[in-house]
Amino acid sequence: MADSTRRQRLLGILKTITDKPIPADDEESLFESGLLDSFALPDLVSALEAEFAIKVPDRDLNPRKFDSIARIETYLEEHGA
Amino acid sequence: MSTAFLHAFGAHLPDRVVTNAEIAARLGRTPDWIESVSGIRERRWAAPETGVADLAVAAAQDCFERAGIDAPTLGLVIVASGSAPPGFPGPAAGVVALLGLEGTPAFDLPMASAGSLFGLVLASQLTERFGDVLVIGAEKMSAILDAAPLDPNTAILFGDGAGAALVSSRPGRWKILDAVLHSDGQFRDDLAFDWASPLRMNGLTVILQASRKLPSAIEEVLARQGIAAQDVTAFLLHQANQNLLVRVAKALNVPPERVFSNVARYGNTSSASMLIAAAEWSRENPAPGPVIFSAFGAGFHWGALLAQSV
Repeated sequence: MADSTRRQRLLGILKTITDKPIPADDEESLFESGLLDSFALPDLVSALEAEFAIKVPDRDLNPRKFDSIARIETYLEEHGA
Repeated sequence: MSTAFLHAFGAHLPDRVVTNAEIAARLGRTPDWIESVSGIRERRWAAPETGVADLAVAAAQDCFERAGIDAPTLGLVIVASGSAPPGFPGPAAGVVALLGLEGTPAFDLPMASAGSLFGLVLASQLTERFGDVLVIGAEKMSAILDAAPLDPNTAILFGDGAGAALVSSRPGRWKILDAVLHSDGQFRDDLAFDWASPLRMNGLTVILQASRKLPSAIEEVLARQGIAAQDVTAFLLHQANQNLLVRVAKALNVPPERVFSNVARYGNTSSASMLIAAAEWSRENPAPGPVIFSAFGAGFHWGALLAQSV
């Protein structure tokens, strides 16, 4: 699957979870930008699992892995999504 | 598992009510913000001279009254607390002394939020040897907040209080069917307190982990007993945050009203909260059926216990 498709699906998830503007910089922290808070993060992880048919193990339930669009994309790529 | 029954619960909350307005003024936040992020409207704080053992004994006395027993009936006392002062002996020694017990064994579980759950599971395995076992969760969280500068993200959450449960091999109101306990130390620094520095809480990690592990533990114990979450009449959880309780209900696909909540009135009382919830729930003449107890806390430690009304 092309990276651009994966990216569009990821952005679609973020838009579903929050009504705030998506940061233009893929490296910008989704937490510091205010896009995600502690209760939106579990929603994001669950949505990633459903959308990309992956299982995020408990050892990966670390906010740093999902701190930016770039990091999420890296995680998805590493897990074959 | 050994055959064990839950006979009664007890609770004690200090008289002093600390509203969001009082705390907000100290933290530079608004009462509405506190309620929106936590569901908490007020909490109780104990008087300076009141210790963890004092709170514990008051909850124990309430439990004795409801169970129709006296302290000398006890064969063992387990006291969970994450906020007892450092050093030894822990509050268990003070509890048995204040209860007038001489020679009855007692020990401490120096655990925060999951302490009373671990105590219940331990007690359920010890009743055949010790008879009536009293499990107490008692916390003076205000002492932790007083020990260091207030952090708005944590100071809003915590309250003082104590809960108790009488567990026995004698037949009682709820039979304990099964339980699961888990620990994972790799995130131990994400929720920690050492009396030398302010309480540290990485809220992102704590909520992310708790929102997964609580439903997972509950589903694990229910699956072992072939019971569906939808058939559970009440979920008595550690009262950490209203938003988390709602999330657990959603993950289990059960109506949110099945998850008992008093967090709005008492805040997060750590190890005491699950048993305070049980004490209030049991006063409401609850419907018969399966009941889940579950908690998640610093460590991380978490688990679930399944009981069935008799």
